[in-house]
Amino acid sequence: MTSPPALEAARLTLAYESRQVAHDLDVSIPDGAVTVILGPNACGKSTLLRALARLLRPRTGQVLLHGQDVQRLAPKELARRLGLLPQSSVAPAGITVADLVGRGRFPHQRMLQQWSHEDEEAVARALAATGVAELADRTVEELSGGQRQRVWIALILAQETPVLLLDEPTTYLDISHQLEVLELCRRLNRDQGRTVVLVLHDLNQAARYADHLVVLHDGAVAATGAPETVLTEQLLHDVFRLKARVVTDPVFGTPLVIPIAARNTAAA
Amino acid sequence: MTPARLLPEGRQVWRVGRTSLVISPRLVTITVVLLVVGAALGVAAMAIGTLRLSFAEVVAAVVDTSGNAQHDRVVRGLRLPRVITALSAGAALGISGAIFQSVSRNALGSPDVIGFTTGAATGAIVQIIVFQAEALQVSLGAVAGGLLTAIVVYMLSRRGGVTGGYRLILIGIGVSAVLGAVNGLLLVTGDLNQVYTASLWLSGSLDARTWTHALPVAVGVLVLVPLVLPLARRASLIEMGDDIAQQLGVRVERTRVLLMLAAVALAGLATGAAGPIAFVALAAPQLVVRLTGWRRMPVVSAAAMGGCLLILADTVTRLLPITAAVPIGRITGIVGGLYLIWMLTRAKQV
Repeated sequence: MTSPPALEAARLTLAYESRQVAHDLDVSIPDGAVTVILGPNACGKSTLLRALARLLRPRTGQVLLHGQDVQRLAPKELARRLGLLPQSSVAPAGITVADLVGRGRFPHQRMLQQWSHEDEEAVARALAATGVAELADRTVEELSGGQRQRVWIALILAQETPVLLLDEPTTYLDISHQLEVLELCRRLNRDQGRTVVLVLHDLNQAARYADHLVVLHDGAVAATGAPETVLTEQLLHDVFRLKARVVTDPVFGTPLVIPIAARNTAAA
Repeated sequence: MTPARLLPEGRQVWRVGRTSLVISPRLVTITVVLLVVGAALGVAAMAIGTLRLSFAEVVAAVVDTSGNAQHDRVVRGLRLPRVITALSAGAALGISGAIFQSVSRNALGSPDVIGFTTGAATGAIVQIIVFQAEALQVSLGAVAGGLLTAIVVYMLSRRGGVTGGYRLILIGIGVSAVLGAVNGLLLVTGDLNQVYTASLWLSGSLDARTWTHALPVAVGVLVLVPLVLPLARRASLIEMGDDIAQQLGVRVERTRVLLMLAAVALAGLATGAAGPIAFVALAAPQLVVRLTGWRRMPVVSAAAMGGCLLILADTVTRLLPITAAVPIGRITGIVGGLYLIWMLTRAKQV
């Protein structure tokens, strides 16, 4: 390993009310890489992401952000170092794109410093990076689903955090918009050196865009590492209950999963 | 790209050194206009009555002794407390409505819809019927009743340390229904005199307001506005969702509890001073948002609008050619009901 991990979760027990989601979970997110978290429904992907961003307080264990316990950071301090795009957020009625994205600057602002030159530049950069600069004056309601998702990503980008967590950013998007979002995440990593963590459902997209995979199963890490080593037919069988072939993608050289049947239907 | 485009239309930045403030000239203008209109309506309200006064005479009696002992007595002793009560209670309701609409992320989230006004009424009726209390105790009873109701609704709508929007409204409506029945029950148990006082109080009235009514709510507004104002930005972030606000560095639940405490206190004080007044809390914030285009929780503007609405309703009620005194709470109730129906039929989703 070259540098210490960006995020490190140790012995996490995560639970909502009475339902325990994970117990004794150890996860390490490498610095300066794109990490994709995979796993079947209800395996604790979003819960882990929320714990990493301190939206959920673990019952036990701790999360270290570049070596510091996130519980000890002031809320705005944490928000300047780590951004999380939740699965669903609500745009206030009638709000414009620029106004919404500008809200991402909150952790950098104070009562008497409401709109600095840096705020302006950060918002301009975020709008440009997500390709929504042209839409700055439009209201969020009149945008398409793909545009809207990019606007929310722009909000998180305007936060200018070295670490970005995105919870299923491709949901509800058509295939070309999905690729657009994934390409954007890759650029943020390659061009700006940001640590990006994505929760995805599509195994092949994960294989293509991840430097590092974390596969969760029943609140525990089933496998972690480079896509080539992690995505095996055995793992797909054990974790995703999937009978599948894994071949090499003829275009990208990454693993390509060909699903054959759900495990319990015992076909093929 | 010109940086100015990044600020929404009609907004300006004032910068001095490291200090920068975002200002909406339109919001400022409309707020000032509302404050002026409220003051003018107040003066007008003090001019009419059995003893007709000119505006100049009213102003003279308010700011300084006019040299006319009768004018001084009528204006300062009788009409000014009524006007101050109306303006302050309206302002309190306006802010309270703005907060609840923001917290519940719903235009229906106002203290009279989600039960706090009914709870405040319960507190007041208990004071009147059980303890035969005076005006001040009745006001305190209303504040306590509102606060208790709020705590019950908050605890019931809390799930996993979080207070949801719809849950808050629906549980509030349920609690309101129960308290409404309790109020009705209390009214049939007391002796006739007290029941009469209580039902008069329940109609909501600005008649015979004294400084005992006016001061608590006026002071409450003056104290709570500076406390609520710095939370308005956070409230607007919370409207986008708890997770996104929290990851932006907002202490979500703490902010929400502080805002709700302020809103309940304001609604309780207003109800204590003027009885249950419908419509103002519901409509004032919505009206200023439509007028100003400001996409943030309105505070001062909602207060100014609330004050204007209540004093206007009171003055119009007094000018109606009806011999019997029409209670203000009933009038705002009718107007509020119509407004609510209009809003529900227009809403895309409720």
